[in-house]
Amino acid sequence: MKMTWKGLIPLFIFSLLGLIFAVGLTKDPSKLPSQLIDEPFPEFSLPDLFDPETQIDQTYLTGQVTLVNVFGSWCVACDLEHPTLRRLAAANEITMLGIDWRDTMEKGKRWLERGGNPYDRVAFDADSVLAISLGVTGAPESFLVDKKGRIRYKYVGPISDKIWRQEIKPIVLALEQETGANP
Amino acid sequence: MSVKSVFCKSLFCRSLGLIFVGLFMSLFISNAAFAQPLTEIEVEARAHEVGRALRCVVCQNQSIDESDADLAQDMRKLVRFRIRQGDSNAQVIAYMQSRYGDFVLLKPPMQKNTYFLWFAPIGLLLAFLIWYVFRTRRTTTQLQPLPLSNSEMVQFEKIANTQKTKPVKPNPENPNKETDT
Repeated sequence: MKMTWKGLIPLFIFSLLGLIFAVGLTKDPSKLPSQLIDEPFPEFSLPDLFDPETQIDQTYLTGQVTLVNVFGSWCVACDLEHPTLRRLAAANEITMLGIDWRDTMEKGKRWLERGGNPYDRVAFDADSVLAISLGVTGAPESFLVDKKGRIRYKYVGPISDKIWRQEIKPIVLALEQETGANP
Repeated sequence: MSVKSVFCKSLFCRSLGLIFVGLFMSLFISNAAFAQPLTEIEVEARAHEVGRALRCVVCQNQSIDESDADLAQDMRKLVRFRIRQGDSNAQVIAYMQSRYGDFVLLKPPMQKNTYFLWFAPIGLLLAFLIWYVFRTRRTTTQLQPLPLSNSEMVQFEKIANTQKTKPVKPNPENPNKETDT
């Protein structure tokens, strides 16, 4: 039988599919891209965990670079992340807004009393109102908000010392260089 | 209805008139319903409809309407809240899409990066059909015998003649003699 290039078509298709699947396997489908990068932080009004009579809203975020961290007393990975956040707070690295997500006030407060409270303020989001408008799928999730109150970076999963140093801090420094001309 | 009864006496005619009046009035009622707050039954029905179109982002392959996950519950709450606030179903879905991206839609939208997804099956089918038609047509044309050239004709005659001399079928009466064709 005469060998022609047509005989190689199945092999070609097979290699192409193999390549596509190989690339596909390296992607984690549970990691969703954030829709909100460079968007203004969604408007919200949530009670302060330690002072339920007062509300915290998005205006708190303007004027400085802020790390918004979504956590919950039920969240195991948050326990893992907590010591890093406390070290950042002790070193006065960045303003931190905590969002106590799907929690009860008592449990949230107790969790922060036990582990120490690294946050400058904590908003209490029992019904995922802010969490959904942030596109949060799990805790912990962290956002960097620039001086103008726009979301500039999202990190899914617990922040470790190494991730902070290598990945997040350089962005924080860059954002701090920006002029925070507020409207 | 007393005016009507002057023109129309039969029971059929009267009931027909009543039906028309009823239909006419229902127009106003349904219009009024738009301005009034939705009933909980309507909110529920629409929330289910919207919920079926939205993916539960923590379960990855269920709609929020069928999922028991905490986040899906809260998303259902938010869907109801927004419907009560007067959002249309499309607006609620658009809101979720603006938060979670296209991933939250269980039915992929028709847009630039999904054209391949939508049209590849039809495209492949068409390509196959074109290929198939082209192939069958080519084979049929190939099957038509070409006219023989002069030299081939000579060759053919030669073969045909030798075939003739060979015994095709022995004659039962005289085995040495060939059957005539």
